[in-house]
Amino acid sequence: MSAFADFLEPEGWQAVILSLKVSFWATLLSLPLAVWVGYVLARGQFWGKQLLNGLVHLPLILPPVVTGYVLLVVFGRRAPLGTWLEEVFGLVLAFRWTGAALAAAVMAFPLMVRAIRLAVENTEPGLEAAAATLGASKPFIFVTVTLPLILPGILTGAILGFAKAVGEFGATITFVSSIPGETQTLPSAIYAALQVPGGEGQAARLVIMSLVLALGALIISEVLAHRMARKRTAR
Amino acid sequence: MSLQVAFQHRYPGTSLDVRFEAPQGITALFGPSGVGKTSVINVVAGLLRPDQGRIALGDRLFFDHAARVDLPTRKRRVGYVFQDHRLFPHMTVLQNLTYGRRAQRLPVQAADIDPVVQMLGLAQLLQRMPEALSGGETQRVAIGRALLAEPELLLLDEPLAALDQARRQEIMPYLERLRDQAAMPMLYVSHSVSEVARLATTVVAMKDGRVARVGPVAEVFADPVAADALGDAAMGAILSARVVAQHADGLTELAAAGGTLWLPYPDVGAQRNVTVRVRAQDVMLSLTRPSGISALNVLEGRIRKLHRREAGGVMVQLQCGNAHLLARITGRSAAAMALSEGDQVFAVVKTVAVAEAEVFGR
Repeated sequence: MSAFADFLEPEGWQAVILSLKVSFWATLLSLPLAVWVGYVLARGQFWGKQLLNGLVHLPLILPPVVTGYVLLVVFGRRAPLGTWLEEVFGLVLAFRWTGAALAAAVMAFPLMVRAIRLAVENTEPGLEAAAATLGASKPFIFVTVTLPLILPGILTGAILGFAKAVGEFGATITFVSSIPGETQTLPSAIYAALQVPGGEGQAARLVIMSLVLALGALIISEVLAHRMARKRTAR
Repeated sequence: MSLQVAFQHRYPGTSLDVRFEAPQGITALFGPSGVGKTSVINVVAGLLRPDQGRIALGDRLFFDHAARVDLPTRKRRVGYVFQDHRLFPHMTVLQNLTYGRRAQRLPVQAADIDPVVQMLGLAQLLQRMPEALSGGETQRVAIGRALLAEPELLLLDEPLAALDQARRQEIMPYLERLRDQAAMPMLYVSHSVSEVARLATTVVAMKDGRVARVGPVAEVFADPVAADALGDAAMGAILSARVVAQHADGLTELAAAGGTLWLPYPDVGAQRNVTVRVRAQDVMLSLTRPSGISALNVLEGRIRKLHRREAGGVMVQLQCGNAHLLARITGRSAAAMALSEGDQVFAVVKTVAVAEAEVFGR
């Protein structure tokens, strides 16, 4: 056990745990919004749909540093929105782990939306029409028909988003810097280790940890997807 | 309670202009594929909003363009049996069946759903998933799901089209029972004359997005003028008949409205009432009583109506007893025989021309 604990220096473990915490909250809190946006983009017919689509995908095509800069401008402690959040909710984002979660969420969001949108597009809209002829309201149809059918897509989106959040570097370091124990996530820690003479060993071990995390997420998603498929074909 | 339908709708390149009334019982929407039959029931269900018009079921207004009324689908109380069934793949048969009741907060006790489960023979299927059902079972569940939502109108979009002949024969009796038991209008989309002849009381014949003809089924299909809209192949008399006897040589003797008919169906029970369809293209005409021919069925009649088709050929409607028979002959024959309305003729019906599926138990 101690050999396992000694695998990384304490700051290394700090970075791993922080990365998990940041990615977990980033995924969990943005998932409902991603489901909604994915559904709306797949099924909705409204003015500004392409605008919304572009906005959602912006973090995917912008340099991450630019996204981090925009976050800093909007949510920084002196920025209007940042000030408002601090005054009303006592929530500070800049240079805090919460900010790292926000940056990770923004960067992961397009990937989640894409997976969910695809899942919605692959479900037969006729099923929702059939539910409507049976007297079901829109919310009832969403919960009983649409949601169960897109669950595999939501899961894929969540895993993709989580993996992206764990790996997020550019926007995070721009927005919240790399403060050990507060905002130094796994990628920031690897980068920091490489800046120190003789830090190559620590960097390599951190790299192995991120590999383990990524593979773990992949395996969990495969197991869950398999279980869902089995449930569908049961009996 | 009757359904009133009147609407116009434009698509890119085509348009619909439909007006008819559907009384209680089955009203068939009949016509070739792509004529807009499914669009009509989608408009009735509220799944397609027409440009103009008014749709009402009894005194319940579904849609009125002028009055800006457009009742959402879920409030129309229409049961819809889709051609592709659309069962929810992630629910058991029982969950599918009770979906409408759960959505509307109606009771889902066994006593509430048993009558439908019994009528459609679903008791053995309740715990199965839809993908484990055969085609016929799937369609029965779809019918049951629509019925259990307690609709006031039933829409059936070619419910038999995806099934083979044997499965069709399996579902037909359920549909007949439904027609005879359910006191609501039913719209039945079909391009099959034999289905329409067997199930429907009224037919709305569509052509090019318009209603070409509305009327009682037997009347429309035996009307020579209707051939212009419905096509020659669809035309023919639909006769009710009674089985008199089964003869030792395998022939069945029927007392039909127009006279005696002999059919090679040993398995039709004696004294049963059946409906037979005599297609116009299977009837020959003769000025004298024919002798020395192999056809067994010769009916005597008087020419009631002659209709010369633009496409060539003549549709001849005969009065045989109290029935109307229809014959399709060539223009040359009609001229050579100098046929005119009121003439006495003999109709020769080839026994073999009456197909098995066209003899319906009632």
